Amino acid sequence: MATYSLTTPLTSEDTKKLVAGDTVLLNGTIFTARDAAHSRLVALIEKGEELPFDLEGSIIYFVGPTPPKPGDPIGSAGPTTSYRMDSFSPTMLKNGSKGMIGKGNRNQEVKDACVKYDGIYFGATGGAGALLGKQIISAEVIAYPELGPEAVRKITVKDFPVTVVNDTQGNDLYQVGREQYEVKG
Amino acid sequence: MREIEFDVVVKAVKDMIMHCGTDLPQDTYDALEKAMEEEKSPVSKEVIRQLLENANIAKDEKRPLCQDTGLAVFFVYVGEEVRINGGLLRDAINQGTEQGYTEGYLRASTCEPFSRLNLKDTVGYNLPAIIHFDIVKGDKIDIEYAAKGGGSENVSRAKVFPPAAGKDGIVAYVKEVISDAGGNPCPPITVGVGIGGTFEKAVISSKHALFRDLETENEDPEMAELEARMLIEINNLGIGAMGMGGTKTALAVHIEANPCHIASLPVSVNVQCHSSRHTHITI
Repeated sequence: MATYSLTTPLTSEDTKKLVAGDTVLLNGTIFTARDAAHSRLVALIEKGEELPFDLEGSIIYFVGPTPPKPGDPIGSAGPTTSYRMDSFSPTMLKNGSKGMIGKGNRNQEVKDACVKYDGIYFGATGGAGALLGKQIISAEVIAYPELGPEAVRKITVKDFPVTVVNDTQGNDLYQVGREQYEVKG
Repeated sequence: MREIEFDVVVKAVKDMIMHCGTDLPQDTYDALEKAMEEEKSPVSKEVIRQLLENANIAKDEKRPLCQDTGLAVFFVYVGEEVRINGGLLRDAINQGTEQGYTEGYLRASTCEPFSRLNLKDTVGYNLPAIIHFDIVKGDKIDIEYAAKGGGSENVSRAKVFPPAAGKDGIVAYVKEVISDAGGNPCPPITVGVGIGGTFEKAVISSKHALFRDLETENEDPEMAELEARMLIEINNLGIGAMGMGGTKTALAVHIEANPCHIASLPVSVNVQCHSSRHTHITI
């Protein structure tokens, strides 16, 4: 298992070298979107309308942060459970996005889309919101402010720690890890 | 009849919420430390180490432990010889909830079920709270609070079994629920199991079981034994911290059992994440 430092936007060259279990420190701009925002973004894609940000090479972070304390760019900001975005993620990957950050299992369609479109599903540590929020150095709401914590934010991250869960070869870290420690009988 | 001022309740609730948002309860912290020592998988061990570091940062810098600061869930025990002066108890708890979540920079997570519009500007900031009342003897009010996150709530389930299912049927069901949940509810989890009663009694009991401190033993030896059996079965699943694979999927299993109908054996499984933020106060 290797450790990489990558800066967004990502290319297929970046994502294809990553293997499930690798640690990545992410830098640069990423975009936040969760349930309600995904529903709206995918509706725009299906209608052929312009999105509030460029999907090409983008990483989408499934997060709804707490409000920032005075002087901070953002509050606590750990990942939310990803399966709720399973019906939207293949469309996002098909249209140029190269990765997602969340927690928990993805369905087969998402894993297949990672293989087909050179996408990566990264896991961040759920419930480590205070720790992860400190790796975000700027944040700005760029769409859907009426959704509150679910608004789309453009954030800048520095050495944001994630683990490769689903890679471009179809590997799944959760499956492998669990099989290793399961006690049958 | 003892009287308690409305504002005293508001302030007590606000303080509980703000404290719980940033300070992981000692029982949870200790249980995670123990889990880190015992965990066999180096990956899961590292995840738990991050969770403890996160708890230290949150406490020292007064930052929310997790961005999901939950729906505010209360169990309230009102003495028969006490009344609130200046308003309704329910309103005081809701007002304290709104103030605590706002002043603590916690997240407003309540929304309409279908439009998904956030309720912070209409109903109130993270309102309404979920409140379960009970009437008890005495002239005090006991308030138990937990911040209940969505990820762990989403994997929770209930089912009414035929009585013949027995302990084996319940153990198999709990194992199935946790196996299907995988890493989604943010393990190492606490598992609340409500047994018996009616359908809704089982569900509420499974929620209340999560409020029990992690180091306490079940007072009923039969249930304590069943809890221990379930904990072994769950940890044998190999899910590990955040689903990365490991030997510590659950920190504890807590059972609350009730008498039930001769035809039924209701069971409810309510899951709490590793950030088990819970506390109580007596006024």
